[in-house]
Amino acid sequence: MSIGSVPLRYRISVDRDQCMLCGRCVDSCPYGVFRKEGEQIHVNSRVCVACHRCISMCPRDAISLVERPVDYRSHPIWTPQVREAIYNQARTGKIILSGMGNAQDYPVIFDRLVLDACQVTNPSIDPLREPMELRTYLGKKPSHLNFKTVEGDTVLQTILSPNLMLETPIMIGHMSYGAISLNAQQSLARAVTECGTFMGTGEGGLHESLYPFQDHMIVQVASGRFGVDINYLERGAAIEIKIGQGAKPGIGGHLPGEKVCADVSCTRMIPEGSDAISPAPHHDIYSIEDLKQLVRSLKEATEWKKPVFVKIAAVHNSAAIAAGIARSSADAVVIDGFRGGTGAAPRVFRDHVGIPIEAAVASVDAKLRSQGIRNEVSIIASGGIRESADVAKVIALGADAVYIGTAALVAMGCRVCGTCYKGLCPWGIATQRPDLVARLDPDYASVNVANLIHAWTLELSELMGAAGINSIESLRGNRDRLRGYLLDENIMKVLDIKTVGA
Amino acid sequence: MCGIIGVIDRSRQRMDGTGIRSALSRMDERGSGEGAGYAAYGAFPDYKEYYALHVFFDNPHETKPLVEDELSKWGTVEYQEAIPTFEQANIRKLHIPWRFFFKPDIHLMPRSITPADDIVTHLVMKINSSIPGALVYSSGKDLAVFKASGWPEEVADFYRIQDYKGYLWLGHNRYPTNTPGWWGGAHPFNLLHWSVVHNGEITSYGTNRRYIESYGYRCSMFTDTEVVAYLFDLLIRRHGLTIETAVKALAPPFWDEIDRMPNREQEIMRAIRLTYGPALMNGPFAIVVANHDSMVGFTDRIKLRPLVSGESGARLYISSEEAAIRTLDPGVGDITMPRAGEPIIGRAQ
Amino acid sequence: MTELQDAIRIDTSGMHYTPLNRAIRAAVTSGVRRIHLDNIMGQRFIADGLRGNVEIVINGVPGGDLGMFMSGPTCIVYGNCEHAPGNTMDAGTIVIHGNAGDAVAHSMRGGMIFVRDDIGYRGGIHMKQYQEKRPLLIVGGSARAFLGEYMAGGLILVLGRKGRSPLLERGIGSGIHGGKIIIRGDVPDWNLGVGARVDKMTEEERGEINPLIEKFACYFGLDPQPFLTDPYSIITPSSARPFANKYTWEV
Repeated sequence: MSIGSVPLRYRISVDRDQCMLCGRCVDSCPYGVFRKEGEQIHVNSRVCVACHRCISMCPRDAISLVERPVDYRSHPIWTPQVREAIYNQARTGKIILSGMGNAQDYPVIFDRLVLDACQVTNPSIDPLREPMELRTYLGKKPSHLNFKTVEGDTVLQTILSPNLMLETPIMIGHMSYGAISLNAQQSLARAVTECGTFMGTGEGGLHESLYPFQDHMIVQVASGRFGVDINYLERGAAIEIKIGQGAKPGIGGHLPGEKVCADVSCTRMIPEGSDAISPAPHHDIYSIEDLKQLVRSLKEATEWKKPVFVKIAAVHNSAAIAAGIARSSADAVVIDGFRGGTGAAPRVFRDHVGIPIEAAVASVDAKLRSQGIRNEVSIIASGGIRESADVAKVIALGADAVYIGTAALVAMGCRVCGTCYKGLCPWGIATQRPDLVARLDPDYASVNVANLIHAWTLELSELMGAAGINSIESLRGNRDRLRGYLLDENIMKVLDIKTVGA
Repeated sequence: MCGIIGVIDRSRQRMDGTGIRSALSRMDERGSGEGAGYAAYGAFPDYKEYYALHVFFDNPHETKPLVEDELSKWGTVEYQEAIPTFEQANIRKLHIPWRFFFKPDIHLMPRSITPADDIVTHLVMKINSSIPGALVYSSGKDLAVFKASGWPEEVADFYRIQDYKGYLWLGHNRYPTNTPGWWGGAHPFNLLHWSVVHNGEITSYGTNRRYIESYGYRCSMFTDTEVVAYLFDLLIRRHGLTIETAVKALAPPFWDEIDRMPNREQEIMRAIRLTYGPALMNGPFAIVVANHDSMVGFTDRIKLRPLVSGESGARLYISSEEAAIRTLDPGVGDITMPRAGEPIIGRAQ
Repeated sequence: MTELQDAIRIDTSGMHYTPLNRAIRAAVTSGVRRIHLDNIMGQRFIADGLRGNVEIVINGVPGGDLGMFMSGPTCIVYGNCEHAPGNTMDAGTIVIHGNAGDAVAHSMRGGMIFVRDDIGYRGGIHMKQYQEKRPLLIVGGSARAFLGEYMAGGLILVLGRKGRSPLLERGIGSGIHGGKIIIRGDVPDWNLGVGARVDKMTEEERGEINPLIEKFACYFGLDPQPFLTDPYSIITPSSARPFANKYTWEV
C-alpha cells in the first residue's frame, strides 16, 4: 500500500476581493503555484517553497501564506520533519539534500551572551564625534619588531608579510558563480568595493566581468580546483584554500550539470552541462604537512605577494587543526561554524555535523595564544553571523573578522526559503536561468548590500564606543566584556567568560 | 579617579620621602582613603646588587617557609627583615610586609639572555599564583614599594618613607572600585625594575591580559594596572624596544593620522600597530612608569585623563595636577601638558 | 582676614575648599566687592554656584571646576587652571593669566572666559546658548583636539598668540550643531570633526570679534593690533541635526 502524500507544507490563498487579476503572481513564481484561468487565479500550494516573491510583488497584498496548514498529531520526538524525512527516504531510498544552514533547534550561544557598557568608572566614547577605528589587517603579524639606528634614524628591520586591509571587519564569504548568479556576485563585489572590504569567489572561478573588483576579491582554491589557473591566482587580493564548509563538514560539493551553463562552464573551465564535482578532501592533502605544501606552492606561484587563507569547518578538534594551519605559512584561518549556509547539503550533515562558531573561535584563539602563535594567523569567523551584535561577540571571543553569507543574500531579497538547490531562485540569486537572474539588478542590490555592511559597521562602532573602546583590536579577544546569560559552566569555561552578575 | 605623581632627579641625587608625601596628600580629593602607595628607586645602596623582594604575608608563620622554600630553589637570600612599620590610627595592619634581599643563581636558567631577571619573574609569578597568603609586590633591585590601605599621608607615616631616600619616586592615591582596602590592589605595581602608577581604567584589559599571558606572565592582582608593568617588561626588556616605541605601541596614533605621515614613519607605525595590536591600551588612562634609568608618563590616545609635567634643575615632575607638582617643588617653571599618547620621558644620567 | 574697605584678602594656605567657599560667600553677602585669595594651591570648586557682583582675584593654582555653576562674579586667576574652569557656568567672567586644562567651559551656558595662553583637550565641549545667554570662550594661545566638540551654541575664539595661527589638532567642532568657532589662520579639512564646515570670515563677523579681541588684549596688557586684521576661519555646523540620517525606525 502506498504511503500517500504528505500534508501541505504551505497553503497559499488569494483574497478574491482584493485580487485585481494583474497576473504578477503568475509571472513571479517559477515553481508554478499560480495560473490564471478566466477571471480567477488558481493556486497549486503543493509546489510552493515560501519564497515570498509573489507576496512581495502583489500590489494588493491579496496573497496569504500559512505554514503547515495541516496538523500532525503532536509529538515532541516524532516531529513532522522527522516523519516526513522517513516518508521521503522510504519512498526513494536516498540521501536527503537540503539548503541553507542548520535547521535543528540547537540553542544559539550568541543569544546567551551579553555585551558590556561603561558607567562612571570610564566614559563611553561617542563614535559620532570621536575617532572609532574598525580598520582591520588580516594576515600574519610579526611576534616582535627589530629596529636599527642608522645615523640617528630609526630603521625597521623586520619585514612584514602582506596583509589585507579592511575598513570594517565584515567580509562576504565564498559563494561561487554557479551556486549564485553573476548578477548576485556583481552586486556583492560592488558592495565590498564600496565598503572597503572583501568577498570570496567561491570555487567557481572569477568571471571576467568581476575583474574590475579583483582587488576586493579572495579567490578560492578548493578540492575541485575549478577555474584555477595562474591568471586567477594573480588576480585575487588573497587566496583561500577551502578544506571544509560548516554546512557539510567532511564532504565535498556537487554543482549539477543543469547549472553549468555556457558562462559558468567558461568561468569554471569545465565542459558545459557536465557535473562539477568537488571531492571531499584535496587529493594532494592527506595530512597537515601536505597543507603546508599547497600553501607554499600558492605563495611561490604568486611570488609571496598574497596572503593565503585556509578555511575549515568548525569541528571538535578545530583548535588543534588551526594550530597546525598556523604553522603552515598560511596567513589566516577561516572557521566556518555549523550554522553556515549552503546551496545544497545532505540534511544529515547540515543538521548534525560540526560545532557552533562561538565555541570554535573561542577555543582556536585560546589554543593559538597558549602556543604563542596567535600572531601567525588571523582568525575569520563565519557561519551563522546574523547581525552586528554577533560580529561584536565573535570578535570579543577572539576573531579578527567575519564572513557573512546568508545575511548578504537576505539583503538582496533572499527569504531563506532553503530551496537554493532547485536552481529556480525567484529572487535571481541562486539560479542561472536568465529570466530569473535578470530580476536581480546589481545597481540596486549592490546598494542594499553596502547599506547592510554600513549599518552593521555603525552599530559595531556604537557598541564599541559604549564599551569605552575606540579601536577594534581592543575588542578582539576581550572576553572580559562578555557575560554568559544562562549558559552552563562548561560552555563558559570554553568561552573563557563569566556569568552575568559575576 | 586616583591621583598620580612621579619625580626623577636626572643627576641621581636622592630625595627623602617628605616631599612626595605632601604632594600626594595635596591630591586627597582624588582618592578615597582606601589605598595609597609610593615607590623609591635608589632605596637600598647597601644591597644594590640584590633583588629586594617585598612580600605581604597574611600569616608569616604559615606562608613564609613556603616562600623561602621557593626562593631557595633558585638562589640565596642574603638578608631578610620585617619591614619597619609604625602604627597609624586608620590603618589596620592586614598583612605583615617583609623584605628579602635575594640573589638568583643564574646557572639555573641556562638558555636565557637575562637569567637573573627571568628567575625573579618566574618566582614572582609562581608565588603570587600558587601560595595563598603571600604576595610579592616589589621585586626590583635597589627599589622599594610602600603601599597599604589608607590616605597618602597615613601610608607614608606607616612606613615612614621620610626615612628612605630615592632619586626617583612615584606616588599614587587610590579611589578603588574593585578590591577596595586590599593592600595588593594599591599602586604602585611593580615587576622587576618596572613600577607603574595609573589613573583610569583600561577597557582593553581582557585583550591585554590574554596577550601578556601568552608570554608566560600571570595576572594575579585582580586589577588592570598590573598588565602595564608586564607590557613594559615584555616590550622593552624582552623585545628590546625603546621607551618611545613602546609607548607608540601602547597608545598609538590613529590610522588617519598614520595615513598622513611620511612614508618611512608610516611604515614603522603600521608595523607597530600590526604587531602590537593586542598590547594597545584602550580606555581613559594617565600612567607614569619608571625603571632605574628613566621615568615616562603618558595618557590614552584621546586624552581622557589629566597629566601635566614640569621641570626644575635636574628634576622632572609628572602628575595629575599642577598643584601637586608645585607643592613638591615651588621652584618649578612652566607646566606643560603632553599630547594624547605622547610620552614625557626623564632619563637619569 | 584683613579688612580693606570693600575688599578683603584671604590667605588660603592649607585651607580646604569648603571653608574657603563659605568665607567667600559670607564676604559677598556682607557687601565685599573684591576678594583676594593668596596661596591658592589646588583648591577645587572656587566660586562654585556663587552669585553676586564680586571680583575674586586668585593668586596661585586653583583646582578643577573653578567657577562651576557660577552666576555673575568675576574670577581673575594669576596662574594656570586645572580641568574645566567655567563648567556649566551661567554668567560672569573668568580671566586666566596662564594655561588651562581639559574641558574648559564644559557645557557653559553664559558669561565669558578669557585664557591668556593654551587650553587642553575638548575646550568648549557642549557649550550652549538660549535666548539672551550666549557664552564666549576666548583663547589666546592654542587648543588641543576636540575643540568645541558637540558644541550647541556660543562662540569660541582662538587667537594663536604665539604664532601666525594656532597649533591645531583633530576633531575641531566634532558633532557641532550650534554656535561658532573662530580660529586665526587656515584650518585644513583634516582638523575638522564630523558635521563641521569651515568658511572664510565675513566682515560682519570681524565686526563681532574685534571688540572681543580688544577686551582680551586689555585684560592681559597686550597689543590687539596684530589680531584685528589677520584672516580667520569660521567653523559652523553643517546641519543643526548632524546625525539625523543615521537612524531608521524598527518598523
